[in-house]
Amino acid sequence: MLDQVIFYFFAAIAVVSAILTVTRRNTVHSAVFLITALLATAGIFLQLGAEFLFIVQIILYVGGIMVLFVFVIMLVNLDVAVRQLQFARQKWVALLISLALAAQVGLMLWSTGKMPGQGVPVLSAVPADKLPPNSEEVAKSLFSSYLLPFEIASVLLLVAMIGAVVMAKKRT
Amino acid sequence: MQAVTQATTEFVKQNWAPLVCGFVVVAVLPLIVGYVVLVERKIMADMQARLGPMRVGPHGLLQPIADAVKLLIKEDIIPDDADKLVFWLAPVLSVGAALLAMAGLAIGPAFQIAQGINIGILFVVGVSAMGIFGIVLGGWASNSHYSLIGALRSSAQLVSYETAAGMALVCGLLFAGTLNITSIVQAQYDQGIWFGLLAPVAFFVYLVASIAETNRAPFDLPEAESELVAGYMTEFSGFRWSLYFLAEYTNMIVVASVATTLFLGGWLRPFPRTHWLDFIDFLPPLLMVVIGVYCLIRVPKQPVRVQQLFMLAVAGMCFAVAVVLAAPMLGPLLKPSLASAMKPFFEGIHGGFWFIFKVGAYIYFFMWLRFTLPRYRFDQLMRLGWHFLIPLSIINVLLIGIAMIVGQYFDLTGPSLLLTTIPASVIALMIALFILAVEQKKEPQQQPGAATPDSYA
Repeated sequence: MLDQVIFYFFAAIAVVSAILTVTRRNTVHSAVFLITALLATAGIFLQLGAEFLFIVQIILYVGGIMVLFVFVIMLVNLDVAVRQLQFARQKWVALLISLALAAQVGLMLWSTGKMPGQGVPVLSAVPADKLPPNSEEVAKSLFSSYLLPFEIASVLLLVAMIGAVVMAKKRT
Repeated sequence: MQAVTQATTEFVKQNWAPLVCGFVVVAVLPLIVGYVVLVERKIMADMQARLGPMRVGPHGLLQPIADAVKLLIKEDIIPDDADKLVFWLAPVLSVGAALLAMAGLAIGPAFQIAQGINIGILFVVGVSAMGIFGIVLGGWASNSHYSLIGALRSSAQLVSYETAAGMALVCGLLFAGTLNITSIVQAQYDQGIWFGLLAPVAFFVYLVASIAETNRAPFDLPEAESELVAGYMTEFSGFRWSLYFLAEYTNMIVVASVATTLFLGGWLRPFPRTHWLDFIDFLPPLLMVVIGVYCLIRVPKQPVRVQQLFMLAVAGMCFAVAVVLAAPMLGPLLKPSLASAMKPFFEGIHGGFWFIFKVGAYIYFFMWLRFTLPRYRFDQLMRLGWHFLIPLSIINVLLIGIAMIVGQYFDLTGPSLLLTTIPASVIALMIALFILAVEQKKEPQQQPGAATPDSYA
């Protein structure tokens, strides 16, 4: 029961602040609401017992990316940004795409109970203290079954990093 | 609605101990921070051969309370051009992050708010890093140049030093093999050595990086008062300012606790498994008794009667703490049947003492540095971080990992692992110094006055 209350609490915060992120005129306010949305998502992870995912969400998204994001905002001229057009005028396309997405999600939820093996997989609940320590589990699966994708992602990040250094370096 | 109430009561019934701990932390921490500030002023006075605060209470012991009252009744000013919402939010964010990080820490085996969380140290580091938002948003919302520059400096500093600190933590975690705080301390007990001794270079890197992360001198560039007034807090006054202050000192306690847990053996006493050194257990109560007796001797020298009474009360408190510390040891001596029942009490109370003692020593080191070293220039700070500490910490992690594999090959455990890790640390230090020397040779030495303008400085 309490789990549900906590879930809906965080979910409501996430949805409301996600909407505010898009609709606020002031870029810094948008950033603040984006942080709130990401934090609320982290809260949902924690409520589900995925502690590792929770802290990774906070360190990577909220900590790392948002610090850089705030940097960019600092260097953007806010007065100019406020006067610019906020939304692109593509209402009908947007409406169509979101309807299609909503229909897909709805179909999935609807088919969950009806057809076996279809829709959202329903797992039996596990008491929280019986869960395996999840940082170890993540490490194991990363370094055994998903070693190749992991290495590819690392190389990609390395390339991006070296590229950033090369581009930022002063030409002497 | 009824179900919710029932579930909440159930939850409270199951988790009353962490909840009480949480309330205590939030309620008592401002007081502790106040006294840390007093201790800092006293140490500063001592190092500069003066007396420090002496007026409020005997030897200024009530000064923190006077300061708190002053801050609370000060006028609260919000600048006209400030962004009201963000201006209100920023200090709260800073304090919230710092206090939340306290939840992951364990003071002794029994006192931990978030008990047995698997991510332990990662939680503390990640959540306390969120305090940077308070600083950046506060600096931006004040709509003042000093504040904005202070905030930008602060975030640049935090981002650069967090990498080094994280790598240093990884080094300690390699030995521990777990992120859980209780297990980390247990691992140091099992291996019979503090990880700070196994990886001295990692400890050094964490020490320097933690000073930079908490914006303390000699790295307090964000609030360099000679150039930036007070940095990001320039426009904040009264209670909002004190919230920033609270966050800063809480962060100091947090980094000191992380270092204590990972590198200095947490709540273990020195040499926890050497039985002929068991007399060390008697030192904490003895220390408190000595302080109490000293206070008693000082009582007649206090000028005012109220101050005499207060000094007496302080002495009484010291004796009370001594009794609490001694009771779990003396009880079994008098009545051997109590020995097993007293053991958890003994571990809890003495663990708490040693933890607070080590945290205190770490913070004292911070203060000592602050009153000894002059402030760095911003480009020097960045050079130290990027050209020395980050390469050093990365090479150190690599070499310590190799040293551990070599150690496993020769079946080295515990203190004998020093045979491989110490050479690894020394080699890492030498490579990093070599890199620094090569870098400096390549760049022609710039005159301080002719330094290229830095966008953050």
